Amino acid sequence: MTKTKTISVIVENQPGVLARIAGLFSGRAYNIDSLAVGETEDKSTSRMTIMATGDELVLDQIVKQLNKLIDVIKVVDMSQESYVERELALIKVNVAGKDKTELMNVVNVFRARIVDATNETYMIEVTGTDEKITALTDLVKPFGIQEMSRTGAVALTRGKR
Amino acid sequence: MNGAKILLECLKKEGVDTIFGYPGGVVLPLFDEIYSEKDIKLVLVRHEQGAAHMADGYSRSTGKTGVCLATSGPGATNLVTGIATAYMDSIPMVALTGQVNTPLIGNDAFQEADMVGITRPIVKHNYLVKDIKDLAQTIKNAFHIASTGRPGPVLVDLPKDVFTSQMEFSKYPDQPLLRGYKPTYEGSKVQIKKAAEMIEKAQRPLLYVGGGVTLSNASEELIKFAEKADIPITTTLMAMDTLPAGHRLGLGMLGMHGTKYANYAVQESDLLIAVGARFDDRVTGKVADFAPHADIIHIDIDPSAISKIIKVDLPIVGSAKNILPELTKEVKKKEHKEWLTQIEQWKKDFPLTYRDSDSEIKPQYVIQKISQMVKDDTIITTEVGQHQMWAAQFYGFRKNRTFLTSGGLGTMGYGFPAAIGAQAGNPGKLVIDIAGDGSIQMNIQELATAVKYKFPVKVVILDNGYLGMVRQWQELFYGKRYSHTIIDHSVDFVKLAEAYGAKGIRIEKKQDVEKALKEAFAYDGPVIMDFITAREENVWPMVPAGAALGKMIEGELA
Repeated sequence: MTKTKTISVIVENQPGVLARIAGLFSGRAYNIDSLAVGETEDKSTSRMTIMATGDELVLDQIVKQLNKLIDVIKVVDMSQESYVERELALIKVNVAGKDKTELMNVVNVFRARIVDATNETYMIEVTGTDEKITALTDLVKPFGIQEMSRTGAVALTRGKR
Repeated sequence: MNGAKILLECLKKEGVDTIFGYPGGVVLPLFDEIYSEKDIKLVLVRHEQGAAHMADGYSRSTGKTGVCLATSGPGATNLVTGIATAYMDSIPMVALTGQVNTPLIGNDAFQEADMVGITRPIVKHNYLVKDIKDLAQTIKNAFHIASTGRPGPVLVDLPKDVFTSQMEFSKYPDQPLLRGYKPTYEGSKVQIKKAAEMIEKAQRPLLYVGGGVTLSNASEELIKFAEKADIPITTTLMAMDTLPAGHRLGLGMLGMHGTKYANYAVQESDLLIAVGARFDDRVTGKVADFAPHADIIHIDIDPSAISKIIKVDLPIVGSAKNILPELTKEVKKKEHKEWLTQIEQWKKDFPLTYRDSDSEIKPQYVIQKISQMVKDDTIITTEVGQHQMWAAQFYGFRKNRTFLTSGGLGTMGYGFPAAIGAQAGNPGKLVIDIAGDGSIQMNIQELATAVKYKFPVKVVILDNGYLGMVRQWQELFYGKRYSHTIIDHSVDFVKLAEAYGAKGIRIEKKQDVEKALKEAFAYDGPVIMDFITAREENVWPMVPAGAALGKMIEGELA
């Protein structure tokens, strides 16, 4: 049975590390759904948040193969943890001759924002989980989505209670 | 001190005594330092692929990390097959490549190739050194990574200006700086206890042993464990030399060209203990039908090898060298009379054999003759194909690190340079490359290297005028349509040997086999022996690709 897993990877902040990770996925034919990279609290490391799909054996292998890379310092399989996951999306929607109130209702319900507006288009900024962003896109699709850009998910484990 | 000199100092600290290499534009400053270097010998090859396989053969035969060196661009890309070969078989190697000056990197400069990018999927790790200040630490890290954990090749790409720039150099770093790299050597005590319990309960246990036991030098530990627990052993191609041939618990090789009794034992066993092996498709056959009645214990230093192909019931991550003695302590002394009697019966009913002939030379006969004539410490290398399988089947290995063969990648052209590398690391020993007439031509240019440095390697060509293994598949699975596998004795190997200044012998009659081998072994220099063998001999038994291990096919045997 295929599942999607969020994996958080702390890596050396060095040139070529992203290529090593991307090469691992392509070379071993693993499916990567999204990948987001950025610095962490420690400038010498970066955090990569990877969402990958596969059956249990494949997902297990992905974690092991990531751990095997010399530049990988730590791999956290988020599905074993309690964690917060967020993604940001910018969606440019056609509004010319359309009911903007209806669009605004959708935006408000999702606690999204309009960050750019012209007579022709509105740009929506939305933050949330993959499901939330997908739900919002489905609702605004009838207006006509001109362009969309998603960051891919980032994730952190929750604080200890 | 300049970077070139610093590099040589670092290599000496790592105990490097031999480098297999080839000069070129960007490595000129390094070769200039090597010119006056006394403690490191540079073996000049004739093609960089040869250098990589020599470093590999040196490593497999000595246990030390092999080092090869090439210039940027084409020199470096010529190493690629050799690096991939070492990677697939987990061989510790450091490949040093020159690179264009740092300001030129990325400009498509003359003889520029992105070696870090090209080799990324076939190395354990690689580095581009952009600053002389990082040079010593990088070399320290490279040797540490190559030789520890699951070993493998590490490439270090060195721009010309790193060789020429100057720096104070006083001390080689004591420690690698690698916060993300901590291989596990000790097995979990809890898991070892559980394994002992499973072994205690098993009626038909079987050890399936791979190259990890050779690499960790754990042959003795393996034998002690197997003898105490009375467990038969089957080995992969990579581990034919871990157990002396003829050992009462030995079953020979398993898999596609394994013995029938080894494959039957796998299929009938109720507990399979995999040690340093990785369930390669040439071993398992049809995965779903592999060892159908067995629980599986897997001992391996690489966590990613576990449950990669087949779900394992009990993993133990760590070195075979440490885990096997622990396990020996935990298990009770046992006898598996019934199981071993069954195996003896299989050995009697389905022996590994071939139909010998007096009118032509059978390749298996040549290998058996060699096996009878040589000392225990003789090193055998092979190319890839039928001759390789016959060597695994019919040569009786007696000592660890005496069988050097490209198992994972299956690299034709490996055996001859590997033999030269092994000879460089083992000056007194007899080193023999068992080859086919196809494979030997892939790196024949290294004959010049063997002659020049007086490496007295002996090459046994089992010459059937075919690319034999592919022809065998065409015979069996493609209706005997021999598409481009007929090479028809097109080369006079005797004249070729003589052209390079080596000795050449052609053997066409069975009664001349022993005499020729004797003559070659006694000759103080490289020898090419061209044995004209039975043309369409096949390797039996055989599990067709994708079939279950128990479903072996076999031609007519005596």
